[in-house]
Amino acid sequence: MELKEKLLDSHLAFEEQSEVNETIQDFRSRALRVFEKNGFPTKKNEAWKYTSLGSLINKDYALFPRTDTGIELKDVKPYFLYEIDTYKIVFIDGVFSPFLSETTHDGLDVCLLSAALSKNKYKPIIDKYFNKAAAKDESMTALNTAFAMEGAYVYIPKSKVSEKPIEIVYFSTGKQKALWLQPRNLIVVEENAQVQIIERHQSLTSHDVVTNAVTEIHTHKDSIMDYYKIQNDLDTASLIDNTYIVQERNSHASVHTFSFGGKLVRNNLNYFHKGQNIMSTLKGLTILKGNQHVDHSTLVNHSKPNCDSHQDYKGIYSENSKGVFNGKIFVDKVAQKTNAFQQSNNILIDDKATINSKPQLEIFADDVKCSHGCTIGQLDEDTLFYLRSRGIPRKEAKALLTYAFANNILQSVQINVLKKRINGQIAEKLGVNLGFDL
Amino acid sequence: MLTIENLHATVNGKSILKGVDLDVKAGEVHAIMGPNGSGKSTLASVIAGNEVYEMTKGNILLNGEDINELDAEERAHKGVFMSFQYPVEIPGVSVTNFIKTAINSSRKAQGLDDMPASEMLKKIRQKAALLEIDTKFLSRSLNEGFSGGEKKRNEIFQMAMLEPKLSILDETDSGLDIDALKIVANGVNKLRNKKNAVIIITHYQRLLNYIAPDFVHVLHNGKIVKSGTKDLAHELEAKGYDWIKQESI
Repeated sequence: MELKEKLLDSHLAFEEQSEVNETIQDFRSRALRVFEKNGFPTKKNEAWKYTSLGSLINKDYALFPRTDTGIELKDVKPYFLYEIDTYKIVFIDGVFSPFLSETTHDGLDVCLLSAALSKNKYKPIIDKYFNKAAAKDESMTALNTAFAMEGAYVYIPKSKVSEKPIEIVYFSTGKQKALWLQPRNLIVVEENAQVQIIERHQSLTSHDVVTNAVTEIHTHKDSIMDYYKIQNDLDTASLIDNTYIVQERNSHASVHTFSFGGKLVRNNLNYFHKGQNIMSTLKGLTILKGNQHVDHSTLVNHSKPNCDSHQDYKGIYSENSKGVFNGKIFVDKVAQKTNAFQQSNNILIDDKATINSKPQLEIFADDVKCSHGCTIGQLDEDTLFYLRSRGIPRKEAKALLTYAFANNILQSVQINVLKKRINGQIAEKLGVNLGFDL
Repeated sequence: MLTIENLHATVNGKSILKGVDLDVKAGEVHAIMGPNGSGKSTLASVIAGNEVYEMTKGNILLNGEDINELDAEERAHKGVFMSFQYPVEIPGVSVTNFIKTAINSSRKAQGLDDMPASEMLKKIRQKAALLEIDTKFLSRSLNEGFSGGEKKRNEIFQMAMLEPKLSILDETDSGLDIDALKIVANGVNKLRNKKNAVIIITHYQRLLNYIAPDFVHVLHNGKIVKSGTKDLAHELEAKGYDWIKQESI
């Protein structure tokens, strides 16, 4: 049976087990119809021109796996920021792991979306925010919405500054057959509140797993939200990430996406503005090798005046790896004094590596500052000679230059331990130890 | 220290060096002068091991050892240093981290452990003082946004840190005002000793007022056409290069 049919057929059974109100059920059934009508996106779809899901959807997946409880903390400790105190919401094969998690309701809510969807206490928040930012007509998002049940629920009340970062971690074990996971996260940051969130998807063994995730984020007036996506999964794991951010006035929302691994990764990152003086920051660092494929598709929808957006994506591609950057900036005619910056810089280490970079600017206001730039290059031989003439061997010289190239993406990481970790991962990916941190 | 025999080199098939002979002994300073396009910078690059240039004939010996086949980094490990006419900018890597990496790369090649951090810092402070470099400057990205003078001073600072046996200064005086020139020259003079040697490549004799050469050679059309003492530099300054060009025809 084709995956699409299997998903459609399984929906009834899914709804029967789930205890949610009619509104949610209605969202789900509408979304299912969108997916039924559109199916999986193909390369004929302009937004998926360079990324094919063909190799992913021809397998037989377990849609509702049973959890594996045999995981011990020591097995997975390296995947957490164990050096510092954090809140944790951890899932194993899509099922919440209370043992590995550290949730809270003390001054802020860090808990399960399934609880928030089914308990009356959360109904006002769910009614106001759930499935509001997410696209209704986009196939993969609709597919997630149709099965939306489990994931992270984060609510930061007015003027609350979360002292600890929040880690949202999805493990998959490979104890069953191929896995199809559809986590759903909802993040609400109220007025003047602040939070830092780290999201990671990690396979613990080599096995086929596809994660089609949706994250909705609402940042209210004067709030600050920093989100870090760590994508360093095994070569058998694929991720389709759909993130929707709605910002109110004076808020700052940043997303750093570190794509170092995985078979196929698609990041759909969408920003929507609901007020003035908003700052949206999108940063990406992609280091790939082998046959890895990462596609960053961003949208910043400037619909209000006096807002800034800053996109800075860097990619380093070796061997047969493929990168895609599709950055769309839309500026509405009322969005005067918009300042939108977009930069995509890429280094191709090997001849077979490819990058498709496409800026897409649609500007309908006349008093705006929009700049974009894209570079694709190789390491400069003159520069390499300079380093080598100082005694730095070719391999280290290349690594030092790629390190330097990656540097400014790391500079804006606000969590020092995380910065150090990523610094180490970059060194590991480039196969050297330079003996210093950037 | 350095013996060059009948050196021929081409770039993109074009012949630049057409039989250069040079003998530099430890403790000596040699100046190589010549008009634009005579092959001076090529000579520096070929000695340093730049692969853009192809050595088609001849030999380069360092302390009697043939280094023709060595990579640039291997030559550096054996004590060859070249100060660039146009040092490259490396945003994101500080001067300090760069020099640490360079020093420890050479140490590693010689089978030594990394230089202890305290020793490194002490050395950095000493050498920075020698070249009148503000320590704030050391945490800036290498050469990024540096003035011409700062770049050259940074080159000589690296030379001081690496303590090479053979230093080749390629047009180090270009783009320097008189104060910066004096600081750079003073630095080079203090680094001179009986065991190392310096080759100064320059179009003008200006720098030679401050770093006295033992020998001056004139390179023209890919060959050394005249050698002498520092008086030759003064003669070139007074008369220009035309008479050399006439003589060498």
